[in-house]
Amino acid sequence: MSAIALPPSTQASIERPGSLVLLLRYLRRNKGLAIGLLILLALVAFTVIGLLTVNTKNAYPLSVALKKPPSWKYPFGTDFFGRDLLAAMVVGMWQTAFIGVLAGGLGTFIGVVLGFISAYFGGWIDGTIRTICQVLAPIPVLLIQVVIAGSLDKRDVTIVTMAMIVVLLAWMGPTLVIRAQVLTMKERQFVSVAKLSGVSDLGIIFKEILPCLLPFIAAAFVAQVFVAVFAAFYLAVLGLGPLREPLLGNIIWAAQSQGAIFNGWWWWPIIPSVGMILILGSLALINMGLDELANPRVRRTE
Amino acid sequence: MTLKFVIKRLVFLVLVIWAASTIVFFIPRLSSRNALRERFGELARTGGFSPGDMEKIIASMQQQFGLDRPLLEQYWQYLHNIVRLDFGYSLYRYPSTVSDLIAQSLPWTIGLLLVSTILSFLIGNLLGGISAWPRAPKWMRAVATPFILLTGVPPVIMAILLIFFIGFKLKWLPLGGAYSVGQVPNLSWGFALDMLRHQILPALSLIFGSVGGWVLSMRGMGITIQGEDYVNFAEHKGLTGGRIFRDYYMRNALLPQVTGFALALGTVVTSAIIVEGLFGLPGIGTMLNLAIRSNDFPTIYGIVLFITITVAVLMTIVEFLYPLLDPRVRQS
Repeated sequence: MSAIALPPSTQASIERPGSLVLLLRYLRRNKGLAIGLLILLALVAFTVIGLLTVNTKNAYPLSVALKKPPSWKYPFGTDFFGRDLLAAMVVGMWQTAFIGVLAGGLGTFIGVVLGFISAYFGGWIDGTIRTICQVLAPIPVLLIQVVIAGSLDKRDVTIVTMAMIVVLLAWMGPTLVIRAQVLTMKERQFVSVAKLSGVSDLGIIFKEILPCLLPFIAAAFVAQVFVAVFAAFYLAVLGLGPLREPLLGNIIWAAQSQGAIFNGWWWWPIIPSVGMILILGSLALINMGLDELANPRVRRTE
Repeated sequence: MTLKFVIKRLVFLVLVIWAASTIVFFIPRLSSRNALRERFGELARTGGFSPGDMEKIIASMQQQFGLDRPLLEQYWQYLHNIVRLDFGYSLYRYPSTVSDLIAQSLPWTIGLLLVSTILSFLIGNLLGGISAWPRAPKWMRAVATPFILLTGVPPVIMAILLIFFIGFKLKWLPLGGAYSVGQVPNLSWGFALDMLRHQILPALSLIFGSVGGWVLSMRGMGITIQGEDYVNFAEHKGLTGGRIFRDYYMRNALLPQVTGFALALGTVVTSAIIVEGLFGLPGIGTMLNLAIRSNDFPTIYGIVLFITITVAVLMTIVEFLYPLLDPRVRQS
């Protein structure tokens, strides 16, 4: 036996590299995904460290000196209402992340469930779900959200209701994507084999199809988070957000209504804008990267 | 294009408009807010009349708006009005109807939207096509990269950045408004030029904010098309690069982009409206902003429905045009 055993050095090189190493190697090829994840990580670090070190009370009106430009004491400056913009950005980032993950997660969940039901069972169920999605799709979702948010009592508008408003009209996209994927999956041979060997419907869905769809679900989730963050931002810019909270869109709305740039308080709207660019940019990059992962055909041909 | 296709699309259009109208009708009625009460409460606070008479006024207004009738009757009347594009009266500027207000501000919005949408579609698709075209010189392909990075910057943020850098820092262009303060609208060249100068930044924010999306999708299309047999065939026929690019490559890659255009319409219009509000142009966006700030609910709902109907109709038109552009669709 010992004669056949390989020398230890070769054995090590044959060993499969750890999943972390594989991930890093993949990230080196998929640069967009890597950069997107890096920016997102930096934003998360900013928020977490900020929540631990900055006094979050300063994110609300009348807590610090008014209208101070960025300085050592207030790195992002302060606004007309006496909010420290650094604290406001920390809290706003956290709230944006909360809305994004809650609304994005719920939207994706509803989409996955409806998509599976629609594609797997077919028939009139599929027809109904598809028609509803198609009828709702051309309606400018944001404007309907304006109607919903506008009809709410101002006291009822909170971070959670914002997320719910966004979810109400944001599950059609993932439903159609997952439905299309399940439809192609259903025809594959491994599903037929499972069916012939007597696996139940639920067994096929959870054990055979779902694992194959994970990359698509991940991509749909990131896309939904993007949509949710974007929608909440637009609503807040229109003044329909929870006005007291320092959501990034709210800060811009407040700056805009006080004519901040006209008055030379440029940092007030610019800092939340840059924050929003970083959030949306990183999500867009990650989404494109995941698309490439889920859909090798999109992979670069150069 | 068969008659069946036309009828199917038209039925679908009616369904979309009906769904949107129904949502907009029922959501406010589910809420606890009473638009009339809020409006008159506000008037009473500012001293328009004694609060004691308020209940009487509200009751008579409710009767006038038909709010005291059964819900289904109201719904039926409402659908009837929508068909005639009658969205009721504005609460804030009471004797004017919402349709009047929309008609007043519509030309501004249409002008801005037309110019910026056409330009961003053309620029985006051309850049996207070039960036995926293997024979294009390297520097030409590199031009597209910064635009792809712009996909993460929505038009609204682009507007704020442009107002700050170009309007405030460099002072090249005005920060907002439709024309300079002190100018009286007239038909002179000077005024027209002044007005145009005020339109540049809003248009640029919309163009920069949406061009990246077109570059990206066109690039994807281009990559799939350059491997097609007809492109190889054209190359072996010895056609010039420019000819292949224009007639074989771009023409085919553009077709799906037209569908994409129809799908993007809703977002494009929404962005334009919010950007308009930021710049304070007297278009639909500023009117929506004002209506939100003054709790003018009929105006909010009217604008939302009007835009929804317009977008749905435009999408249907694009779908009717599609078979004219693509012979393959015409035959099947």
